[in-house]
Amino acid sequence: MAYRNAIPTPPGAEAKPAPQFDSLRQQYEADTLGMWIFLASEILFFGGLFMAYVIYRAAYPEAFEAASGRLDLLLGGINTAILLTSSLTMTLADDAVLPRNRKALIGWLAVTALLGTVFLVIKGVEYSVEFAAHLAPIFGRPFDFPEPHTEQARLFFSFYFALTGLHALHLFIGIVVVLIMLALAIRGVPRLEAKVTIAGLYWHLVDLIWVFVFPLLYLAAHHG
Amino acid sequence: MTADISVRKNYLNRDYSIASWLTTIDHKRIAWLYLVSITAFFFFGGAAATLIRLELATPAGDVVETETYNRLFSLHGIVMVWFFLVPSIPATLGNFLIPLMIGARDVAFPRLNLLSWYLYVIGGTFTLAMAIAGGVDTGWTFYTPYSSLFANGQVVLAVVGVIVAGFSSILTGLNFIVTVHNMRAPGLHWTRLPLFVWANYATAIIMVLATPVLAITLLLIALERIFGIGIFDPKVGGDPVLFQHLFWFYSHPAVYIMILPGMGVVSEIITCFARKRIFGYDGMAFALLAIALIGFLVWGHHLFVAGESVYAGVIFSLLSFMVAVPSGIKVFNWAATLYKGSVSFETPMLYALGFVGLFTVGGLTGITVAATAVDVHVHDTYFVIAHFHYIMVGGMVMAYFGGLHFWWPKMTGRIYPDRWGRIAAITIFVGFNLTFFPQFVLGYLGMPRRYHTYPDEFQLLNVLSSAGAPVLAIGYLLPLVYLLYSLKWGPVAGPNPWDAKGLEWQTPSPPPEHNFDRLPVVTQEPYAYGLPKRDSDAARS
Ligand code: HEM
Ligand SMILES: [Cu+2]
Repeated sequence: MAYRNAIPTPPGAEAKPAPQFDSLRQQYEADTLGMWIFLASEILFFGGLFMAYVIYRAAYPEAFEAASGRLDLLLGGINTAILLTSSLTMTLADDAVLPRNRKALIGWLAVTALLGTVFLVIKGVEYSVEFAAHLAPIFGRPFDFPEPHTEQARLFFSFYFALTGLHALHLFIGIVVVLIMLALAIRGVPRLEAKVTIAGLYWHLVDLIWVFVFPLLYLAAHHG
Repeated sequence: MTADISVRKNYLNRDYSIASWLTTIDHKRIAWLYLVSITAFFFFGGAAATLIRLELATPAGDVVETETYNRLFSLHGIVMVWFFLVPSIPATLGNFLIPLMIGARDVAFPRLNLLSWYLYVIGGTFTLAMAIAGGVDTGWTFYTPYSSLFANGQVVLAVVGVIVAGFSSILTGLNFIVTVHNMRAPGLHWTRLPLFVWANYATAIIMVLATPVLAITLLLIALERIFGIGIFDPKVGGDPVLFQHLFWFYSHPAVYIMILPGMGVVSEIITCFARKRIFGYDGMAFALLAIALIGFLVWGHHLFVAGESVYAGVIFSLLSFMVAVPSGIKVFNWAATLYKGSVSFETPMLYALGFVGLFTVGGLTGITVAATAVDVHVHDTYFVIAHFHYIMVGGMVMAYFGGLHFWWPKMTGRIYPDRWGRIAAITIFVGFNLTFFPQFVLGYLGMPRRYHTYPDEFQLLNVLSSAGAPVLAIGYLLPLVYLLYSLKWGPVAGPNPWDAKGLEWQTPSPPPEHNFDRLPVVTQEPYAYGLPKRDSDAARS
């Protein structure tokens, strides 16, 4: 008649798993698996939008190329570089998660959040230029695009704002999460391994989505 | 073991305050939060259905206006699908039972579990606001351009409500998957997992992978309404049929969210009341996963007449036939489980047997409509309505009630009057068939869905259908009465009134806050009926 204990005795007071878990290891595995599943869900969320975009891109190639040519490739390129770098700094933060590296952890998290913020600022600049150039077909604003592609260019810019807007929203959430990690790190909370790893997974996903958004939208005009 | 339950500390009597309920992270209490709220939505959606059947009792449109009728069936569909059927079994019985069945203290993420319920409530609030502000006339499917260019209702409120409820079901699914992967008791290998857990696991996969596509699709509708971006607007080259593809990419898998958990419940009940191990356990578990996976590849059968190419139609038709294979495996295995069992007909068993019969009719007519040539004839008729009601109501709602009756003693520690239970089960079965069988004939004769008037020659069948509705309604109201009655006056159940084998029956009823006084170690298959008693049973008696 074998039983295991209902409440495990923790080795040290601080190293106690949440009550539903038997061990910290089990908790860590559950937390990361949960995050991976969430990411799978996120991929399908964006996947629907990507698929719709690809269908229209194939249906109206000239219009989409013409419209894509109006995006600011330089700012978009800079933003891509920024976001990729932020993934590197996030990884470095993850690497420095053990208590003896607290300073490095704080530093890398701060840099990551900063890079994310710079991305959003640049994105905002792009938006304002596009609004001024009458390329934003939203809120019933005027939309100017030369014939014969006016209508399908509207479609392109609808996707542009939907995709980049949703991505920016995700990035904003990512920045908030990283700032929370930063606050925890500064307050000296022990055992951030699981939390920082999970925040990192989310951050990398947001980066990865941009890696698809960028070529689909910005490079459509510049292929082959 | 049948000590007075009011003395023993359990998850119910440890704190009765409202605040303790609204902030609980105990999966068993969250199950109750869901149970109460989805019951409210069930009767809300039922009220809309009653008005629909009332209107259809006569050929003329005499009870409600055309426009009101459109709003009624839309409300009915939206409420029943997203606020009753999708969460029904997983969020109530699943939440309550999965940790008990796998020998865990709780789900992996108890706080997230509570958040799921709050999201559900917020989504529900949007839906109520939508209904109060005038409703929508799009149907539950929100097809463009009814929901975009020509929308004249509260589309934004409606889709936001559904999106929020969708996040609730994503989080529930995520929680279940991680719980099943990481929280199983020692010795509980995947091959010893009860089929109810397998069924909810398969459902959870669909919830996590399909629901986000619904979210983005409906979000695009909301953006289209709020910002005027034109992704489904033909004026700028958008394609309204693309909406249908995206919608059904979620909603066909979602129909399996609305049946797989029922299959899990029925498997548990049938083995218990046949006193036999489930026939073909491996095949049963495999079939659940197969249905979940193939279910992702058949959405095009909703677009046979929407301008889909012939080749796509043929492929989707074939793939739809393929879903019938694992579904058939399940029905045959239930039958084989009954064969030579010592079958008894307590209330849960009546529901389970009702499920098997009605699901079979629903599944076979599913194959019928999946044949492209036949579908051209019956698409958008009452035939389709009857098909999916046989599965969703005849199947899932039956299973939900069966499960509720099976595990009620575990959840409450009380036994309900079995005679009333049987009367209700039979009433529901009769009322259901009377309501929906005539609709197969109506549809075949050509009565289209979603109209509130019809030619005189259809009246007889419509009157039959409308006559079934009150019978069905009484059948659904009865349990509300005697189950509530049993809470106070029912006899004490004891830990295992059905002499069932699952782990959940090894702990007192109602279970203690952390489920087991000592967490179990599993040494046997889940359905050890007809085998020697477990060690732990021996220790108890
Ligand atoms: C054997 C498996 C099944 C097959 C082959 C099948 C096939 C089909 C087909 C071809 C249609 C489209 C008919 C038309 O619109 O003309 C349909 C409609 C429908 N089916 Fe099934 N089905 C199956 C199982 C299910 C299950 C398990 C459910 C729900 C739990 C379900 C719910 C529905 C619903 C809700 C609709 C109509 C949706 C609407 O247009 O409002 N089906 N089915
Ligand atoms: Cu379908």
